[in-house]
Amino acid sequence: MFASLFHLRPLAGATAALALGAMALAGAASAQQRDPAYAAARASGQVGEKMDGYLGFVVPPSAAIKALVEDLNIKRKAVYAQQAQAQHATVEEYAFTSGCLAIARTVSGEKYQAPDGSWATRTSAPPQRDARCP
Amino acid sequence: MNHRELTDRLRLATSLPMMDRDGQGQRKRGRFRGRKVAWAALVLVGGSLMMAGCISVNAPDKPIVIELNINIKQEVIYRLAQDAGNTIDKNPEIF
Repeated sequence: MFASLFHLRPLAGATAALALGAMALAGAASAQQRDPAYAAARASGQVGEKMDGYLGFVVPPSAAIKALVEDLNIKRKAVYAQQAQAQHATVEEYAFTSGCLAIARTVSGEKYQAPDGSWATRTSAPPQRDARCP
Repeated sequence: MNHRELTDRLRLATSLPMMDRDGQGQRKRGRFRGRKVAWAALVLVGGSLMMAGCISVNAPDKPIVIELNINIKQEVIYRLAQDAGNTIDKNPEIF
């Protein structure tokens, strides 16, 4: 399947290979990619991006998912707090801004929190975001 | 009587508004009284106008709450957007 795709569109194949290489380099340079369990929970719509910059549970989570997401949210808060201090902003302001961007970066099928507080599924269309989002 | 007063030119000419009937003395008192009357009229007219066009504004019985959550953010978010984007890029494992 992949081979045939690459065969049919050599340019696209080369681009994809380059992109993969770049991603691998970036991953090695800074940090790891998403935990596979987290990636799966996102893709299946069990967890979603909230407006406040943290992850939320779309459906009641399993113990493992709950622990994983809470850990990620604690790590996010630590990063927000550090950056907020550097930018002379509050943690909430920084987290909200990050939430705007995190929602914008969701991919089709992932869940995000719409401005009315409900969970929405990302499509190819731009997500519904708070009016204040950049 | 009216007829007499209207035709009594001398008397009318001398009895200026601020003067007494005989046009002598008590000028201060006359002027003062005139001004007082004018003020009273002004107050009356002004007061009645105010009463007629008055819109009563009552103080709210609930405390006024300003939603800082809404007011602060717009400009702050735009300021932070660039840095927040970099932060997400640098921490892909938690986003």
